[in-house]
Amino acid sequence: MEFFKIRHDIPFMRHALAFNVVSLVTFLLAVFFLATRGLNFSIEFTGGTVIEINYEHAADVERVRKALDARGYNDYSVQNFGSSRDILIRMPLKTGQNNADLSKAVMEGLTADDKTAKLQRVEFVGPQVGEELAWNGALALFVTAIGIVLYLWVRFEWKFGVAAIIANLHDVVIILGFFALFQWEFSLPVLAAVLAVLGYSVNESVVIADRIRENFRKMRKASVTEIIDNAITRTISRTIITHGCTQTMVTSMLVFGGPALHYFALALTIGICFGIYSSVLVMAPIVRWLGIRREDLVKPLKEKKQEAVI
Amino acid sequence: MNRYPRWVYITIAVALVLGLLYTLPNFFGEAPAVQVSTARTTLKIDSTVLGRVEDALKKASIQPTGVFLDINSVKVRFADTDTQLKAKDVINQALNPDPQDPSYTVALNLLSNSPAWLSAIPIIPARPMYLGLDLRGGVHFLLQVDMRAALSKQLDSYVGDIRSQLRDKNVRHAGIARESNNIAIQFRDSETRDRARAVIAEQFPDLQLVDADAGSELRLVASIRPQAQKRIQDTALKQNIQTLHNRINELGVAEPVIQQQGLDRVVVELPGVQDTAKAKEILGRTATLEVRLVDEDAMRSNSTINVDVFPERKRDGSVSNVPTKRQVLLTGDRFTGAAATFDQHQQPAVSINLDAAGGRVMLGVTRENLGHLMAIILFERGKGEAISVAKIQGEFSNRFQITGLFTPEETNTLALLIRAGSLAAPMEIIEERTVGPSLGAENIKKGFDSTIYGFAALSLFIIAYYAVFGVFSALALCSNLLLLVALLSMLQATLTLPGIAAIALTLGMAIDANVLINERVREELRGGATPQAAIHAGYERAFGTILDSNVTTLIAGLSLLIFGSGPVRGFAVVHCLGILTSIFSSVVVSRSMVNLTYGSRRRLERVPIGNTSWK
Repeated sequence: MEFFKIRHDIPFMRHALAFNVVSLVTFLLAVFFLATRGLNFSIEFTGGTVIEINYEHAADVERVRKALDARGYNDYSVQNFGSSRDILIRMPLKTGQNNADLSKAVMEGLTADDKTAKLQRVEFVGPQVGEELAWNGALALFVTAIGIVLYLWVRFEWKFGVAAIIANLHDVVIILGFFALFQWEFSLPVLAAVLAVLGYSVNESVVIADRIRENFRKMRKASVTEIIDNAITRTISRTIITHGCTQTMVTSMLVFGGPALHYFALALTIGICFGIYSSVLVMAPIVRWLGIRREDLVKPLKEKKQEAVI
Repeated sequence: MNRYPRWVYITIAVALVLGLLYTLPNFFGEAPAVQVSTARTTLKIDSTVLGRVEDALKKASIQPTGVFLDINSVKVRFADTDTQLKAKDVINQALNPDPQDPSYTVALNLLSNSPAWLSAIPIIPARPMYLGLDLRGGVHFLLQVDMRAALSKQLDSYVGDIRSQLRDKNVRHAGIARESNNIAIQFRDSETRDRARAVIAEQFPDLQLVDADAGSELRLVASIRPQAQKRIQDTALKQNIQTLHNRINELGVAEPVIQQQGLDRVVVELPGVQDTAKAKEILGRTATLEVRLVDEDAMRSNSTINVDVFPERKRDGSVSNVPTKRQVLLTGDRFTGAAATFDQHQQPAVSINLDAAGGRVMLGVTRENLGHLMAIILFERGKGEAISVAKIQGEFSNRFQITGLFTPEETNTLALLIRAGSLAAPMEIIEERTVGPSLGAENIKKGFDSTIYGFAALSLFIIAYYAVFGVFSALALCSNLLLLVALLSMLQATLTLPGIAAIALTLGMAIDANVLINERVREELRGGATPQAAIHAGYERAFGTILDSNVTTLIAGLSLLIFGSGPVRGFAVVHCLGILTSIFSSVVVSRSMVNLTYGSRRRLERVPIGNTSWK
């Protein structure tokens, strides 16, 4: 089997401007949604209580609301979770109430209303923890970005480091934009997915950077544009097959993983799709635009020395 | 060209065999078991307890499938849950004759079914992966210790201490008061202030002193030195953790986790506990300590009139009764510290610090009762136990030592017990996660399903696309999974649902290396290389790229590991380990299979790596 019967290099760089406009527009849209709608942070970041309850029959959300209203709670949300028999109650932190004991009080109310109510899960996060998690998450993102730039700088050239991180942070912003647009819940596992995708998409940039370096050595007379086009064309089958394989795994998580892994898998899916696009069609134009030259990557003196030893 | 030296094959074979060995325990599942651990810090679990458990079961003619003794518990495995429940009652009755005052915690637990020889492997025993709370069900609490309160309590006691010291040394001050984090002492003349400064500096090395005159008033301001503050906070945290340990023993949890997190937090994890309300209530309760005088007349006459009698456990294991007077001299909140130390004869001793009020009481008591016996009683669950009975050797106030024929281990235990009776600082629950057992089982199934189906789909595609090399890639992926699970089991890392997701994701990402290699080999073949040369070049050239791309993934994984917490940490651990195993398996293991199959063929006509002829 062979999906990619490509005989001539595809002139990616000829359309670089168009690609950059497309990604700029997507990026700005993502920023726009982030700014106007904001992320729907899970209680891990905001603090609050989440209670998951399982009923023996289909849960009646209205009845649960009534039972909670009767107990004097007002600022909460109730929704089905995963199946019709499971519901999820979210309650924000409130001053003046014993937040740690809230779940107990709510459960007492609901079992009095319906005996089949069974507590599946409680998560309570106090205000001190949420802030820290948000801060640590931001810090993790920052350290990852810096670490990757430094590594690519050492291994290749600073131009690759900068280009790769711009391309991949653009992915991160787009994932966040999706979460803002659809108001999907942004939880800790989603943050983990975002960081995993960041590390993973940089792979693409590394593979292409590797090829560009190799081409600079082999194709002595080719122009920079030809070299980049050739590098992308020759790695495109690997890029798509790898992403397809990873996406197979992620799809399986999306289908079989249940509600707990849903948004995690969704973040990965968006990240993988945009990862292909950005590392190929965003990173390469930026590298060219930063003015990559043969001398940046090929150090002729060093090579001669090595040959002499052999 | 494509041959590995023999040692490489041997290394790979050893790695895979070890991988299989350590993965094995995960397949046996778990059997119902009963776990006996001590409910009191004074009791140790040893082979006599094991004997008692075995006897009790024999009498009730219950046949266990295995009995094990480890450092702090006896575990008995049973064939089914019915026997387990019956056995729990039997053991409980045998070990705890008085149900109101149990000496041992008898808890239901699950024990790995894997054969004994696996867990008997020396150095690193083969055990199944440790499942996180979201997979096995249970409660997780994060408690914050109020360090300000700990320091404030300490400052309060310094105020009293300074006052009594200055009085003892006849230094006249014009008032001592607490001012937020400082103690301000006022004086009428500077000469007195100098004397006071000398006294305080000598007696309280943990305080730093500054002259701070307010208008015409002469003042000395004392504050706790930063190092001392840190020490006070450390002790407060350790003391609270010890107290939590004692309380959780009451809950009868099989494998509780109580750990310090950061500077001022404690994580409590109680696998299998469903009754969070009770767990919360017990965590919030205080144990108490009392100091009383021993009624020596009653001791001689064995009378129990007008005295309280507390059991004392002797070193030889026997229990004697200590009658004490009803009057409580001191309670646990007067104790500010207890530590194992050595006396002036270099004998092990326990040094005790009381606050100023406690010191004054002690001074009066010791002056009047020189040569008499004093008892320290620890109340757990409303039942008292005399943890120390000692003769008053001299007059003392807020600092004294308990000496006697101790071993260093005993002094440590006693110091711990005394500290356990007093709560150093208030605690507050700032995070809670409860997961029901059915949800846990469901999570395992979902995580497992997504990994298996994804893996199957991936393998089918890879084999269809890359033919025989696809088979090698799929097998390499299998070995990756095997090594990853083995590594997780060896390290006893906690597996969570995000951790299972990380296994799936790591496999999905690890295939990248094989795709890179296979594509490279195809490319070389198309470029006209001979089959052997193409295989060689494919692997050699792809390796640098594989390394680079895995390092960048690892950077992301490591920063998650450092900054992540809770479930994300579980993800990060698996992710990072997975990257390491995937480099090995996709490069070395797959190459070894290729080399074994094709390396020795002198005339290799074509490489079965799918379509390479379209050009």
